[in-house]
Amino acid sequence: MKDGRKMIYLDHSATTPVHPRVREAMAPYFGDSYGNPSSLHRLGQRAHRAVEDSRKQVAEILGCHAGEIVFTSCGSESDNLAIRGVAFANKSRGRHIITSSVEHHAVLYTGEQLEQHFGFEVTYLAVDRDGRVNPDDVAGAIRPDTILISVMYANNEVGTIQPLREIGTIARAHDIPFHTDAVQAAAYLDLNVDELQVDLLSLSGHKFYAPKGVGILYVRRGTRLLPMLTGGGQEQNRRAGTHNVPYIAGIAKALQIVAEEKEAEGRRLSLLRDQLAGRLFAAIPEARLTGPQDARLPGHLSFTLEGLEAEGILMGLDLAGICASSGSACTSGASEPSHVLRAMDVPLSRCYGALRFTLGYQNTMQDVERVIATLPPLIRRLKEAGGHQ
Amino acid sequence: MKIRGKKGREAGVSRVVPERLPVHEEEVRARPRPRVVVAMSGGVDSSVAAALLAQEGYEVAGIMLRLWAAEASAEEVCDPVTRSSNGRIQHFVHNRCCTPDAVEDARKVCALLDIPFYLLNAEQAFRQHVVEPFVSAYVAGQTPNPCLACNRHIRFGFLLRYARALGAEYLATGHYAQIQKENGRYRLMKGVDVQKDQSYVLYMLGQEDLAHVLFPVGHFRKPAIRKLAHEFGLPVAEKGDSQDLCFVAGEGYRQFLGEQVPEALRPGPIFDQAGHRLGTHNGLPLYTIGQRRGLGLHTGHPLYVLRLDTQENCLIVGPQEALDRREVAVAAVRYVAGRPPQRSLRVTAKLRYGAPPAPATLEPLAGDAARLTFDKAQRAVSPGQAAVFYDDEELLGGGLIGGGA
Repeated sequence: MKDGRKMIYLDHSATTPVHPRVREAMAPYFGDSYGNPSSLHRLGQRAHRAVEDSRKQVAEILGCHAGEIVFTSCGSESDNLAIRGVAFANKSRGRHIITSSVEHHAVLYTGEQLEQHFGFEVTYLAVDRDGRVNPDDVAGAIRPDTILISVMYANNEVGTIQPLREIGTIARAHDIPFHTDAVQAAAYLDLNVDELQVDLLSLSGHKFYAPKGVGILYVRRGTRLLPMLTGGGQEQNRRAGTHNVPYIAGIAKALQIVAEEKEAEGRRLSLLRDQLAGRLFAAIPEARLTGPQDARLPGHLSFTLEGLEAEGILMGLDLAGICASSGSACTSGASEPSHVLRAMDVPLSRCYGALRFTLGYQNTMQDVERVIATLPPLIRRLKEAGGHQ
Repeated sequence: MKIRGKKGREAGVSRVVPERLPVHEEEVRARPRPRVVVAMSGGVDSSVAAALLAQEGYEVAGIMLRLWAAEASAEEVCDPVTRSSNGRIQHFVHNRCCTPDAVEDARKVCALLDIPFYLLNAEQAFRQHVVEPFVSAYVAGQTPNPCLACNRHIRFGFLLRYARALGAEYLATGHYAQIQKENGRYRLMKGVDVQKDQSYVLYMLGQEDLAHVLFPVGHFRKPAIRKLAHEFGLPVAEKGDSQDLCFVAGEGYRQFLGEQVPEALRPGPIFDQAGHRLGTHNGLPLYTIGQRRGLGLHTGHPLYVLRLDTQENCLIVGPQEALDRREVAVAAVRYVAGRPPQRSLRVTAKLRYGAPPAPATLEPLAGDAARLTFDKAQRAVSPGQAAVFYDDEELLGGGLIGGGA
């Protein structure tokens, strides 16, 4: 910041800084090793090596074969490819898809488009007050023509971790491909695809210290998938387009870093988060946690306030050098309540006052202290100013 | 911040920075630089205001109010023009003052000045305090000026409170007016540029408000502001001036009223002063006192709207001289000093934004009423517009022209 104070970043669910070791891993491929992995010559071979080594690193962490890893441009592309790719490849078997009502829009709007333009039918499962899908509801929604189940691993807005293994077991028993959007989970939770019983899994690099613009889709062997990008035959014909070599090297390195550190880092961030939550809630009695107490992402705190709009709070925090978010998809300053909070039966008057703090590897207790010192008086002043206009 | 060229300040102008220091809250005192929120419109005046304050060393933040998006219901987003929601494509009409282009311009200016920019939703307050009273006043046969309500309730109400809650000592706008401090009292003066002077729409500001408001461009003439905009390298230097009735996009207020209160647009008779029926009007809210055109009368001599009789739903017309008034009743009077003068006062007064001030005597009455007696008769005195009075360059106060004028 201009006044010399450190900017405190508490919006890691939105994006993360690029880790210095990731930048290091990427650097050669912006420099001398600029080859195209598809080229015959040695420059191309070096780039090819980088991509395949990266694929292998990723596969080790996911507990899968290297050939099951597809590099994409982002988490949304991974979700789109998984859902549309499986839907189109299996449409002769059926046109029914099951998902949840709290998914990211990359999943929800893809489902909507399949319904409106391609004759599919999508069941959006309700969630409980903590935002959790009941596996029994998944079982109950399965029909003979169900060709895909997609349930996110952890929710971006409220941090809820879904019972993937139970859902995966059900899906497998019915021989239905099971996709999970694991974008928010990657930095903290186990990604072993056999443990999770998933057939497709989406990752986004910039949520775990790789740059924006690179993602991963795991596709279990034998899963029928129609590519969306056709062309040069890269990624075993599942995703055409010249490999983004530096970013692929970067996402692999980043995944490796978080895999090594996730246990210790998860514990550390949970502790910080609990400190933040405990002391904020003591100072702001009307604050209500959204999402579960326990089965939630480490470092993820989300809550609502009554009768106060989040945007003023976020401005005040920003002016105080603290980056946070409202946790909803609302980027315009206009007022559309979050579909996640509505699905969790959060009262409408609280949906506009949703706040989210998501911690990351650079955050310390000092940062937490700054928020605790800043937020309660800011909320009090905004209330006095007539928070609801 | 990169500033090109010199300041270009005009001679004999007071400082933009008041000598006043932050007074309250420890947080404000602890900060080395006072924080100021600039109400950004995306236009040249507020942009230069922000640039001047940043140059003066304030910690500046730009806020643009999202005031109005026709057709956007409370449940719907009014962001970029269309948005798919449940398969429907919705179209949103933006008001002139926060079109996506204006937002982008304001964003660009703030980025250039390296200051934060925020868009603040004030639609609910704007609808309640500006749009609905605007419509009701027309229905009641008045000619309201929504800028007055907007300044009172939104800019210097909602936004000023908000800015203060965000830790800002001041709210700055791009208005052409000046604030002077003398012996602990604030005086509101006309802008240096008499042609651009906007003090008329600021009469409602009291001492408490003025202590926390800055008008950086009021110390300059408009050409100097454009020149400054160029020198600061602002991308909005050549933009046109903003228009009144900002939330009536396109077709003007008549169509707007037709959409909002179609039931209030009942045709009725047009009478002359003697009670002869001359024609038919299309609904009283469509007419304004002093209006000549669009009456559809063919009498050979020009006739003007004299009165809107909402009880009988009839329009009274007559010759121009019949519009003349020397006495004007003023209601809901506010004095910048915070209290009415002890006795009658010689003033110059304006009954419309664009009118030249005319000599008059101001007589404070009981409550918050007052009477203005002009030396020479004034034409087309429209209830709902402001009557504002000055002592030379100093704005003393103002109020709303009463219904029975």
